Amino acid sequence: MSVFCTLQEAVGEALRDGDTVAMEGFTHLIPFAAGHEVIRQGRRNLTLVRMTPDLIYDQLIGAGCAARLVFSWGGNPGVGSLHRLRDAVEHDWPQPLVLEEYSHAALANAFDAGAARLPFAAFRGSPGDLARVNPNYRTIVCPFTGETLTAVPAMRADVAIIHAQRADRAGNVMIEGIVGVQKEAVLGAARSIVTVEEVVDTFAGISPNACVLPHWAIGAIAVVPGGAFPSYAYGYYQRDNAFYIAWDTISRNRDSFRAWIDEHVMRSNPEAFARRATRVA
Amino acid sequence: MTVAASRCVEGNDVCFVGIGLPSAACNLARRTHAPRITLIYESGTIGAKPTVLPLSIGDGELCATALTTVSVPEFFRYWLQSGRITVGFLGAAQIDRFANLNTTVVGEYKSPTVRLPGAGGAPEMAALCQRIFIVMPQSRRAFVERLDFLTTRGHGEGGDDRRRLGITTAGPVKVITDVCVMEPDPGTRELTVTSMHPGVTRDQVKAATGWPIRFVADVSETAAPSDEELAVLRHLRLETENAHKAKEPA
Repeated sequence: MSVFCTLQEAVGEALRDGDTVAMEGFTHLIPFAAGHEVIRQGRRNLTLVRMTPDLIYDQLIGAGCAARLVFSWGGNPGVGSLHRLRDAVEHDWPQPLVLEEYSHAALANAFDAGAARLPFAAFRGSPGDLARVNPNYRTIVCPFTGETLTAVPAMRADVAIIHAQRADRAGNVMIEGIVGVQKEAVLGAARSIVTVEEVVDTFAGISPNACVLPHWAIGAIAVVPGGAFPSYAYGYYQRDNAFYIAWDTISRNRDSFRAWIDEHVMRSNPEAFARRATRVA
Repeated sequence: MTVAASRCVEGNDVCFVGIGLPSAACNLARRTHAPRITLIYESGTIGAKPTVLPLSIGDGELCATALTTVSVPEFFRYWLQSGRITVGFLGAAQIDRFANLNTTVVGEYKSPTVRLPGAGGAPEMAALCQRIFIVMPQSRRAFVERLDFLTTRGHGEGGDDRRRLGITTAGPVKVITDVCVMEPDPGTRELTVTSMHPGVTRDQVKAATGWPIRFVADVSETAAPSDEELAVLRHLRLETENAHKAKEPA
């Protein structure tokens, strides 16, 4: 049953040190405000799961929240490297980071199996050296055809965190646009937090096929307008591509990174996101 | 390089498009000789018709112009795994003579010199798209004798490697670089130069390859970009630059 609360309460209640947390959103609807709240609350030793750890995980890793990263592509999309991720892997700064890496197809299938509460996912493909460095890559023979398939364990996080456009007053949540693996992440997780742009009275008039998570499948909902900035919320605000480019410079250096986190995360709050995201007319 | 890549897609191809050069090449093709191709980005946007080149595979522009947008598991399971995608473009930090690719690490996996982004969609693309084109600038650092990490299998160990693994698609059929075009030898599957760009010499190609590169008997010259191709590409890049500069950093 979903419960409306503040973001501080939602994170404080659901997320503990050492948890496995999946903050999902495939380029779109990335839960930045929630990620910043996790940094502010000083969570430690998290296993961070995300297909495409972009700036949000670069920030969490650089801030010392993560002990392990489960992922399939870690970069600043269209810009280059994630410098905090690289510093952690290449120089153990601010602490060592254990990697558990997959391909997109493997991790997408793992989330799908998690939502279905199956133990594993099977798919076609040839994992190459990934199978050498990640013992979770196995094979399974189809009992019907004899075909050998690749298998990976289902992805079920302790906590899933996503951002969505709208909740209704009953606490149902609707996602529009690129939907990534958000639905699968929430349905597979033990607990979930959804930040939303706004609360509406009802979803009347939407497509009968819209992506809706029913209130009884969600944990906490926090209203955080602009909460996906500098990524975007389809129909609300655009991706701030210039910030993604600027992050390359900010994050390249440990001191400029720390100064940025101090100013924009530690001495800020979820309400600041509403000012950062310029609403599409 | 972009123009040569754009000429690889044709007719009703369904293209799996990555960001950067592949995206530029496919959008150029759609605006010139191949208006009926379908562009799919791995964010699940099927039939995207972007007016400017997206910065990321999940830009709003892609979703807004797409025929439909599906979830990422649906994209990989129903659309890629099923073999419905005819063409995929890939790039890499390292490639070997059998068109295997490394996008994971330079150096040792546990203590890398350079940590690269990782696999993304590439391993399954290379196994499941009907044909693969690889586009990357050519240098000894990139065209190596031995990969530091095999992220994506091209022709594996050569010969019938793919068939022995039960992979039924063609795999990499062309590698397009800034100096030449290579294609796998029909028997050994070793990459062999089939065409050189105007003004490029064999010595230049050899100097930019980390293994003793072979040439087919009748190496041709790559057709130079046409005025139309150059004009469309420049327009596309200019529009893109303007769109992405529209907002100042926060």
